[in-house]
Amino acid sequence: MPDTIATDNPFSDDERRTLLALVGAVIPASEGHALPGADDADIAADIFATARPFHATVANALRHIESVATQRYDAAYTELDIATRAKLASDLSSSRFAGVGTLVTITVQCYYRDDRVMRSLGMEPRSPYPDGFEIPRGDWSLLEPVRQRGRIYKDV
Amino acid sequence: MTDPVDVLIVGAGASGAAVAWSLAETRMRIVCLEQGDWMNPAEYPSSGRDWEARAFSDMSISPNRRKRDTDYPVNDANSPISVANFNAVGGSTILYAGHFPRFHPSDFRVRTLDGVADDWPINYETLEPFYAENDRMMGVSGLAGDPAYPPKESVMPPVPLGRAGTAIAKGFNKLGWHWWPSDTAIATETYDGRDRCINLGACSSGCAQGAKASTDITYWPHAVRAGVEVRTRCRVREITVNGDGRAFSGGARGGTPRMNRASGVVYYDQDGVERFQPAEVVIVACNGVGTPRLLLNSTSGRFPNGIANSSGLVGKNLMFHPYASIQGIFDEPLDGYRGPGVCIWSQEFYETDPSRGFVRGYTYEINRGRGPVATALTGMFSGRTPFGEGHHEAYRQLFSRIAGMVGICEDLPEEHNTVTLDPELTDGHGIPAPKIDYTLSENSRRMLDHAVARATEVLTAAGAKDVITEAPIGVGGWHLMGTARMGTNPERSVVNEWGRSHDVKNLFIVDGSIFVTSAGVNPTRTIQALALYIADSMKTRLANLFD
Repeated sequence: MPDTIATDNPFSDDERRTLLALVGAVIPASEGHALPGADDADIAADIFATARPFHATVANALRHIESVATQRYDAAYTELDIATRAKLASDLSSSRFAGVGTLVTITVQCYYRDDRVMRSLGMEPRSPYPDGFEIPRGDWSLLEPVRQRGRIYKDV
Repeated sequence: MTDPVDVLIVGAGASGAAVAWSLAETRMRIVCLEQGDWMNPAEYPSSGRDWEARAFSDMSISPNRRKRDTDYPVNDANSPISVANFNAVGGSTILYAGHFPRFHPSDFRVRTLDGVADDWPINYETLEPFYAENDRMMGVSGLAGDPAYPPKESVMPPVPLGRAGTAIAKGFNKLGWHWWPSDTAIATETYDGRDRCINLGACSSGCAQGAKASTDITYWPHAVRAGVEVRTRCRVREITVNGDGRAFSGGARGGTPRMNRASGVVYYDQDGVERFQPAEVVIVACNGVGTPRLLLNSTSGRFPNGIANSSGLVGKNLMFHPYASIQGIFDEPLDGYRGPGVCIWSQEFYETDPSRGFVRGYTYEINRGRGPVATALTGMFSGRTPFGEGHHEAYRQLFSRIAGMVGICEDLPEEHNTVTLDPELTDGHGIPAPKIDYTLSENSRRMLDHAVARATEVLTAAGAKDVITEAPIGVGGWHLMGTARMGTNPERSVVNEWGRSHDVKNLFIVDGSIFVTSAGVNPTRTIQALALYIADSMKTRLANLFD
């Protein structure tokens, strides 16, 4: 039985381990910012749930990651140190291999909507609607030089 | 077969809504068939914490990614720019940003001024009253006095300048270049039953507040109250011609010789049942890809190459607006995820200047900022935010500190840029999907390069310490134009100067496919003004509409 996530997700135990190793390396925890990593239990649960509709794509990406880890380092991805795991994720992401980009995107989507992360950025942990936000109206006197220059459209 | 109607409109988006509302006063029986649903604003992404994520899934601008059952696939593998659209009551106005410029007088005279493409058979003055009417119906916010335009009024005050707009405006001022508060289809005050903008920041995923003017909440409530019927989840397969497709001898109906007439449409209803809807007049409002798809799929003995296609130009001259994205990274926090994405524009480089190495020009649409997810993806996929160690520190150098602009470049018509029917790909009803074949012209390439270079100067002058660029934006096929062009010569155009098919005199087209040229601005305001103009032309000719 998996010891991390208990859901009806279609991911196998191996896939879960690889995925957790990946997301925790892509966005690691930070003591300095008092931030969890993307492998935090709550965030990881969100990632697994969000990835579920894309299971085939994500599983394919995870297999590819394991394959490249074996080729490059003669080791399982999950056995690599965190810096090597992050570098491999970055390399594969920039190579545009189908699925790795999707996996990184899902990781980011779930990480940056976590309450703790949003608070650390100075955001209220809420949806935009219904409260909205305030932004300054601005100083329209900045338009004065544009007005002084006069019309610029072409006569026909 | 269902009961005949006087007017059948295909498509309930920007133009279908406008033409329906305008024609409603005639008291004719008008039905609109829309393949999508009525949207529920309470379910728009900004109501949830996953608002950015949904722009990658069910509210994506790409029908191929979105894959709603109300969508049709588009084969755009042979194009550097992929098609963006939305299928619903309101059409792509559900997802547009609400940046709402008009064409300029020069845009209608490209051949005369620059010796390229063709002049329109109408001009700015023709459309001006319809621009104004549309402004009232949609509720346009802006500031009168823009020196880049002939005088025009605004219905409401402009959207806020904000920190981002202020910073970039100062950059333009340092260079002595034009900028002005954007005209936007965003209500800054309560207007016509809509609430004012509260800066949700998710305009391009649907406006839960109802401040953004999508036509499901502007034109359609008025049109429906006036008696227009909207049937949703009804996908039109083809437009039929009278009888078995033989030319109709109109002499028996009052003396018009050998008049080809559309008899109605075949469509699939919400239960997937094939139906025939007879109509006296058919109006197509399916956008620059959907319209040629429908016309080309409407073959008969009389029109073996598609209805209204004696010119052979249906589906040709596809124009996007090639977009350049130029985003600056600033030291100080700006607006970030707050506020409507649009705020100001610049048309410093709009009119042709031969010294630039290209003809025509472009508009800068200034972007206020982006959300936390988009910020991370921008940083990570541009190499500015590392994977792993250092991620958080680097991310904080970008969060709420990205602002910039897109350059919307005029795309000239070229016949080899086409929409055709894919021989294999189909939608859920088995109707052939559109296939896009499009090549970026050298003129567009040069214009994009110019837009990137000049915007980099602006952002640097505004204080940006770094600039991220992309040109063209690969997913940026928001504007679909030119594939059933307007003109007075039946051999060189599909519809006449008031939107009626040259070949089929009770068939009208009112969407962006009738554009002769694309201008260098977002097209929706002009699409709607054209739809109102065509509706007005029909109303003034009702007694002899088919002559």
